[in-house]
Formats: sequence, C-alpha cells, structure tokens
Amino acid sequence: MTMNRQETEQLIQEVLEVYPEATGKQRAKHLMANDPSLEKSNKCIVANKKALPGVMTARGCAYAGAKGVVWGPVKDVANISHGPVGCGQFSRAGRRNYVTGHSGVNVFTDMNFTSDFQEKDVVFGGDKKLAKLIAEIDTLFPLVKAITVQSECPIGLIGDDIEAVAKKSAKDIGKTVVPVRCEGFRGVSQSLGHHVANDSLRDWVLHGRDDDNSFESTPYDVAITGDYNIGGDAWSSRVLLEEIGLRVIAQWSGDGSIPEMQTTRHAKLNLLHCYRSMNYISRHLEEKYGIPYLEYNFFGPTQIAASLRKIAAFFDDTIKENAERVIARHQPMQDAIIAKYRPRLEGKRVMLFVGGLRPRHIIGAYEDLGMEIIGAGYEFAHNDDYDRTFKELQDGALIYDDATSFELESFVERLKPDLIGSGIKEKYVFHKMGIPFRQMHSWDYSGPYHGYDGFAIFARDMDMTINNPCWKNMQAPWKRASTEGLQLAA
Amino acid sequence: MPNVMLRNNAAGELIFYITKKDHEETVVALEHSGPGPWGGEIQLADGSRFYLEPFAQTPKLPLTVRVKRL
Repeated sequence: MTMNRQETEQLIQEVLEVYPEATGKQRAKHLMANDPSLEKSNKCIVANKKALPGVMTARGCAYAGAKGVVWGPVKDVANISHGPVGCGQFSRAGRRNYVTGHSGVNVFTDMNFTSDFQEKDVVFGGDKKLAKLIAEIDTLFPLVKAITVQSECPIGLIGDDIEAVAKKSAKDIGKTVVPVRCEGFRGVSQSLGHHVANDSLRDWVLHGRDDDNSFESTPYDVAITGDYNIGGDAWSSRVLLEEIGLRVIAQWSGDGSIPEMQTTRHAKLNLLHCYRSMNYISRHLEEKYGIPYLEYNFFGPTQIAASLRKIAAFFDDTIKENAERVIARHQPMQDAIIAKYRPRLEGKRVMLFVGGLRPRHIIGAYEDLGMEIIGAGYEFAHNDDYDRTFKELQDGALIYDDATSFELESFVERLKPDLIGSGIKEKYVFHKMGIPFRQMHSWDYSGPYHGYDGFAIFARDMDMTINNPCWKNMQAPWKRASTEGLQLAA
Repeated sequence: MPNVMLRNNAAGELIFYITKKDHEETVVALEHSGPGPWGGEIQLADGSRFYLEPFAQTPKLPLTVRVKRL
C-alpha cells in the first residue's frame, strides 16, 4: 500500500490529534508528505528546533556529537571526558569505529580517559585536576599525538577555563591539546556538537603542519571526510578509490590520525560522505586551502557507480577510464547479489529514522534490492539535509523530523512496514511489536555497508532480518486462529 | 551583521551561506558583479536582501565576509 500525499497528510493529522493543541501545532511543522519537486525545505518543514517538553525524543547532546561522533574515532588522540565519569564510560567503544593499531600503545579510541569530577571539583574548580591528568596521560601513553578536553555539562556551569589549561599544558608536554566546548546542554541536539568539534579541529589542529612541506603530494591525492569507519566502512570505500587510481591521504575521522588531518591540505579533492557532521570543516578547507569538496554516496551499486563517475570527472582521462573499468569489473558480482536477494526482498516496505545522512543515503541501496522507502526521518538534520532528501524519496512518502517515540510508534502501527531501520532506543520496542528491525547507526553489529563489498553484506543482512522465521511465531500457539500449532504440539 | 560564506557551487551559481544558522541560499542578484567592483546589494532566492561592502576587484571564492541585513 503506497500512500499518496493526501493520505499521508491525513495520517499525520490523525496521529497529532492526541497531543494538546499547542504541542500538536508545533509538531505539525516537523511532519510532512514528500513532494519530490520541492527544491527548498524551509517553507514546508521545520528542523533543528528544540524538542518539546513532555515528548520522548531520540536525540543526543553536544558532547555526544563532539566526543562520540567527530573526535572519538581519531585513533592517536586521548579524548578526556572532562567532568563526571558517566558520560565517558557509557560512550566508550560502543560505536564500532574500527582502527588499525594496538590499543593503549598507539590507538586510544576504545579507552575512557576522564577527570571523574567529585563534589569538591564542582565547588573548587577542576582546572588543576585537568592539568595533572594531561601530564599523567603524556607519561603513561607517550605515543598519544594529541589530547582533547571534551567538556561535560558541569564544566560550562562552573566556568572552568579549559582553554587556559590546554594552552599551558600544550607548552609543558609539547603536544597539541584541544579544548572542546561541547557541554551537553548547548544547542538542541548532537548536531551542535559536530559543529563545535569541527571548529575545534579548525582552530587547534588543522594548521599544525602548515609550514612543513616535506609531504610529497601527487595530483591524485584525495581525502575522505565524514566517514567514521563504522564496521570498516571507510576501508571498503577506500579500496574503491584506490582501485580507480586515487591516493587517499586522510580519513576524517574513522581510522584517522592527527598527522593525516594536518596533511589534508595537500589533497586535490575532499570527498564528503556525512554532510551533516563535516560540512563545516569542508567549507573551511575549501576557503583556506582551496580544496573543493564533493558529496558522494557509497551505498548500493547504482549510487556507487554514479559517485565514482562524479569523483572521476574531477580528474584526468586515466582516472575516468579506471572508474569505468572498476564499475564494469564489479557489476557482475553486484548483479549476482541482486539476483539472489531481490526475489526475496522485492516490494518490501521500509521506514527509516536515523541520524544525519543515512535516511537519504541508503535509499539507493534499498531500491537496488527492489525495496520501497515509505517513510524517512532524521533525528537532528537541518533544512539543508531535507533539501537533499526530497529528490531521493518517492512522492507521498512520510517525512518526520525529530519524531517522538509516540509518533514513530503510531506511524508504524498504521503503515505496517516490513522493516524499520533506526537505533538501539527503538529496536526492542519494534521487536515487541513484531516488526523486523535493523539498527542503522551501527549496522546492528555487522558491516561494512559502504562500497561494493559492503553491499553484499547489506543485502544479506536485510534478507536475514526480514525473512527470519521468528516473525511467523509472534503469536502464542494457543491464540492462533488455526489449530496448526496445537496439532504440532500433540 | 551576520558572518556569511560566499562560494560558487558546481553549477556556477553564487551560494550564500549563513554560518551560524546553517542556512544556504542561492544569490539571484548581485549589484556589482565585476569586472571592477564586486559586492553591493545581494538578493537571495528566498527574497531576503543583504549589503556587502564592495571589493575593488572580484575576490577569490570561497570567502567569509560580514554582511548587513537590509
């Protein structure tokens, strides 16, 4: 059952009826039926606004955006969670952003460094503790390339001067120390944390090797930005770029490192995957170093081929020929995957509610498998994300911005999709409702999903989730209409 | 007086980006578009207007500038 625009609008109205009038009026602005002919979203949907009191939002905080998303995956950095111990501990090593190296020797992504604030630190300030902590990290882990101070809420509330500590400590230990003002209460969602982290990279890290020209660059140097290497995503993207003859000199920030980031300025093209979390630094790289950025999409063979051609168009004919050759080489394998899984998945209807780029980026991969996206929404997108989404979604599809748990559950009850792609907070609710579910933040402990290799895994995962026999057994045997279950038991 | 970044997109249009608001808009009219002075009154696709102190020459884009809301 595909809905047209009127039916979708009506569904939205019916779901909103439950709210008090003022809340309903506010929420109505965040929900809409898709119209692919729209160019600009600011007239028809409101995004990046504070969640209303009394509703359950799926959003995170600025600290999550800065420490968890942008800074977390950088492998040679010790990220200090400055404040009480919980924020750091509960965000430690859960995101599966893979790295190469040895944990505790030259890789620190899965460790939790924290200043473990106590009452006395809130009362008397934590600056001395922070300075001591930085010195300790430098002694214990000499291969740390930089230390970041990720502020948790109390730091902003008590007004500690982490910038002063960072400057002084940087001089003392001779390493980059980055103060990141990502207190959780700032902004409306993790999106501001991305921005704060990007700005801290710009102000404290990026120019570190500007007077060092020992790096030998080639005309085919590119940087991957906005790929966090979840389940190895950046690696399966990187091999494709290398196969067409480009050299990836930096990964931001999955499996990335501080020296890579500082030599990014030698890149000829900046490939931007997650626009939402890294467009800020991409714009800065373009302004300061003249590196143009290009948004690309490595989900599903159709989008990969289109993106490879788009990327190759920036370079000379050899790269263009290579791109065609690589696409042709992978096509038979992709056709085989589609031939295998498409008959099992054809016509299945999917609802997505993820973060900042996936609701639009993975649509192509689902469509390659013959599946249909009937609803998509972002937790923390801005209007420029919706500008890019309208064209990708079919007419009349439901769009929900920062959907509350009530709205999402009501939409699912009414639309009855065959698959939901969202996060861990939604997963078990929908499992209990008897609907197949994949976590699309962390690929549900699978992955990679990027690139040609990733598509094979993606197709297998979707098949094994949707066609899992357990969904036929959601009803207790004695409640079944037929006596089939009883006969088996007897 | 918002801080904005001016850049050309792939289609060659001038893009006006208000950093603080994450708001991107196409420029439909620029008072002085060079050669010679570059800047002046800027009209955006959504109808809003801004004023940019003109440059003597066409500057190298992208560029962050301060503009006045009209």
